[in-house]
Amino acid sequence: MTEPSPRMPAARPATAVSADSTTVGRTLRAHPPEVSAARARRWGAFYYAEQVLRVMKGYGWSIFLYSVGQPAAYLFAMGVGLATLVDTNAVSAFGGVSYIAFIAPALLVSAAVMTAGTEFTFPVMDGFKWRRVYYGPHASPLTPEQIAAGQIIAVTLRFLLQSVIYFVIVALFGASPSGWGWGSVLVATLAGLSFGLPLMAYAASIKEDKGQFAMVMRFIVMPLFLFSGTFFPLDTLPVLVRWIGWISPIWHGTELGRVMTFGYEESPVLTIIHVVFLLALAWFGWVLTKRQFVRRMGQ
Amino acid sequence: MTVLTQGHAVTDEARNRRFGPLYSRNARAVIGRGLMATKSSNWMVMLSGFFEPVLFLISMGVGMGAVVGNVSGPGGQEISYAAYIAPALLAVSAMNGAVYDSTWNVFFKMNFAKLYQGMLYTSLGPVDVAIGEIILALLRGLLYATGFTAVMGLMGLITTPWALLMIPASVLIAFGFASFGMGITSFMKTFQQMDWVNFIMLPMFLFSATFYPLSVYPEYIQWLIQAMPLWHGVELLRQISAASFTPATAIHVGYYLVMIVLGLMLTTGRLRSLFLK
Amino acid sequence: MPAHETGPEKHKAPAAPQYVITAENLTKTYGDVIAVDGISFSVPAGESFGLLGPNGAGKSTTMKMIGGVSQRTSGNLTIMGLDPEQNGPEVRAHLGVVPQQDNLDEELKVRDNLLVYGRYFGLPMSYLKPKADELLEFAQLTDKAKSKVDALSGGMKRRLTIARSLINEPRILLLDEPTTGLDPQARHILWDRLFRLKEQGVTLILTTHYMDEAEQLCDRLIVVDKGRIMAEGSPAALIRDYSTREVLELRFGSERNASIGAELEGIGERLETLPDRVLIYTHDGEAALEEVSGRGLRPLTSLVRRSSLEDVFLRLTGRSLVD
Repeated sequence: MTEPSPRMPAARPATAVSADSTTVGRTLRAHPPEVSAARARRWGAFYYAEQVLRVMKGYGWSIFLYSVGQPAAYLFAMGVGLATLVDTNAVSAFGGVSYIAFIAPALLVSAAVMTAGTEFTFPVMDGFKWRRVYYGPHASPLTPEQIAAGQIIAVTLRFLLQSVIYFVIVALFGASPSGWGWGSVLVATLAGLSFGLPLMAYAASIKEDKGQFAMVMRFIVMPLFLFSGTFFPLDTLPVLVRWIGWISPIWHGTELGRVMTFGYEESPVLTIIHVVFLLALAWFGWVLTKRQFVRRMGQ
Repeated sequence: MTVLTQGHAVTDEARNRRFGPLYSRNARAVIGRGLMATKSSNWMVMLSGFFEPVLFLISMGVGMGAVVGNVSGPGGQEISYAAYIAPALLAVSAMNGAVYDSTWNVFFKMNFAKLYQGMLYTSLGPVDVAIGEIILALLRGLLYATGFTAVMGLMGLITTPWALLMIPASVLIAFGFASFGMGITSFMKTFQQMDWVNFIMLPMFLFSATFYPLSVYPEYIQWLIQAMPLWHGVELLRQISAASFTPATAIHVGYYLVMIVLGLMLTTGRLRSLFLK
Repeated sequence: MPAHETGPEKHKAPAAPQYVITAENLTKTYGDVIAVDGISFSVPAGESFGLLGPNGAGKSTTMKMIGGVSQRTSGNLTIMGLDPEQNGPEVRAHLGVVPQQDNLDEELKVRDNLLVYGRYFGLPMSYLKPKADELLEFAQLTDKAKSKVDALSGGMKRRLTIARSLINEPRILLLDEPTTGLDPQARHILWDRLFRLKEQGVTLILTTHYMDEAEQLCDRLIVVDKGRIMAEGSPAALIRDYSTREVLELRFGSERNASIGAELEGIGERLETLPDRVLIYTHDGEAALEEVSGRGLRPLTSLVRRSSLEDVFLRLTGRSLVD
């Protein structure tokens, strides 16, 4: 990697970077700053989302394989393999449907939450600390709120895409008997945000990397995944650990997903609680994130 | 001036030694550095590695166990579902720990922290580094395996003193994965390539008779799984946990011995071509 | 054409200069630490204005406040007549910013960095694509357009950051330590690029702790130390006001430098003793050197040179600027 040889300035044609930017034959002009500012105020979040999506595209192939491979592997291993142990011993424990239909919405929701566990942690740290990518747009007309919102928009799109793929595979396994099954895609996306946004606020508050994200994965995401009625009804767990499910976006999302995919019978009050819980947690996370971004970037 | 001449003598000695500049018989220094770094690192992160299999055991063993009931163990006897999956989870955790330590950890130190470059400017050779890192990984694996076995004991899942052999056996499993993992990592250039490690680990974890017997698969898939290392680890620990030894036990142990030898050969060969160009 | 896009001052009718930036009593504290301590200055359009000072003098903090990305503790600040705290997006739309640490997107290719950044200003792709190529040419990075950023050298990254800051054709460019950490050749390429922008009437605001950079690029500068302005003026005026025409540098060896001062008393106008050398400020360096020899003193090395901003800084603060 060598520097280009210092070409003599005089020997080069006048560069077209001039303020008036008039080169022979054409005129290239940026719109005036007032227009930049007005557009950024209106669309800024989407401008930053575009950037995040471009970066994601760089490893799009990994995302795609992961989105297809993970559901296929889990559905086959648990829904087909483990089901042989389950169905022979306990037929009626799973809301009257096959074991694979019982776990499919749970896996769909868990996958979104696990993606949230990576997309709302490391990239945020990268933005503030490692490669400081947030500070580039921060010097442009974009505001800290818009940068946060842009990141969230991009990740939400990833949740949607991944969940659509997941749902198609679930459907191919015949594990979504209800016509409302597609609604589970929205549920999974909401669950991802409901877990991810508070996490994003936390990630934005971290000044120094001491392995906090590994801790989040192991002490929060994993227990939530394992104790949220994913592989078996929450009631089969001792009361001692059942509360984990009640505060878990995975449980609320899973139960809601089950209502969608196979018309799981639960009291409508409970269904409303699931929706309200997920929305409230996401909103709470967004408020915290916004505050954290504004505070940290305004220092 | 004696210092200088002594220095030359040491250098000459190194030249004439087997592996010469690759190995200065000082992996101790690498291990010492690793332990020191552990001391100043986040203890909770260390501990958290131990909790993952325990959480799986509680969730799947207790929660799922209530739905599944008893299953047939390695000797054909009826055992609880928790007792069935516990040794499998220990094998998975040995694999995960060893692969993490020898791939992600090594990759990061090699490409980002530039730790090894610093080490290799001293009299240490790449083989010292490799051995040091592998032994560190095994020490950690030993710690986790002991902790997990203790939890099994507390949950009443240990029925025979033979079960204590699970601890050295899981170190053997970790050794197999660590020695191979490091060789493979030396081919990796980007984080995206590192993701491929997960693509191999996840199906191995799910399909290697971890949560249900191999017999649910058609025969050709059974053969495929039996060729994979994790299945041998799961079976080995499961047999030990029930003290139900068969000729297959020797095959499982042999599989890992071969894996360790091949893995070390691969790693040394790779280090030689990377550092002694 | 918007009112602010006028040419350099000298072509204008003799009116009061139009200030693009005015700061009054600008102050910023972090807890107990006072980073910027009540500084005031104004910058007319088209000027190249420098903030010179050692690390930790408060230069970067001042730059961040101008860029509207750091909230001031007190004082007034307007950029193009706007308060950056009230009208952050509008102010930043006028600016191009080159931060002290590069914050390029290393996961994107070189050219994509420019495109993406231009999108933040709402600029359309039809403008951005040819503009990006122009700027790559300007930054001498055309053949790197498709490379990943992390494959660039430090100098190339710096030039890319500057190219990026120009994507919205800003009339004001903020440069925070633009050449720190670059080798001499890379610095000269960069200075050449900045000169061109200056010629085109872009207002440059730059911080530096390099004397030569300040002398090369700045029409006017303020010397900042511990958050306060120590002096203000053009480089030549500062040297004239705070130093002599020439400086005689003498080295007597690290043990004798400190004690030799008394024996040099009376030579030149002023004497500075540094750990590694003794400086004699005088109008005529050669004459001073003869006088030193006349007193029977034999320095290990001697050097006569013109005064520089380094000497101004030493005079103002009693410390040297770098190290």
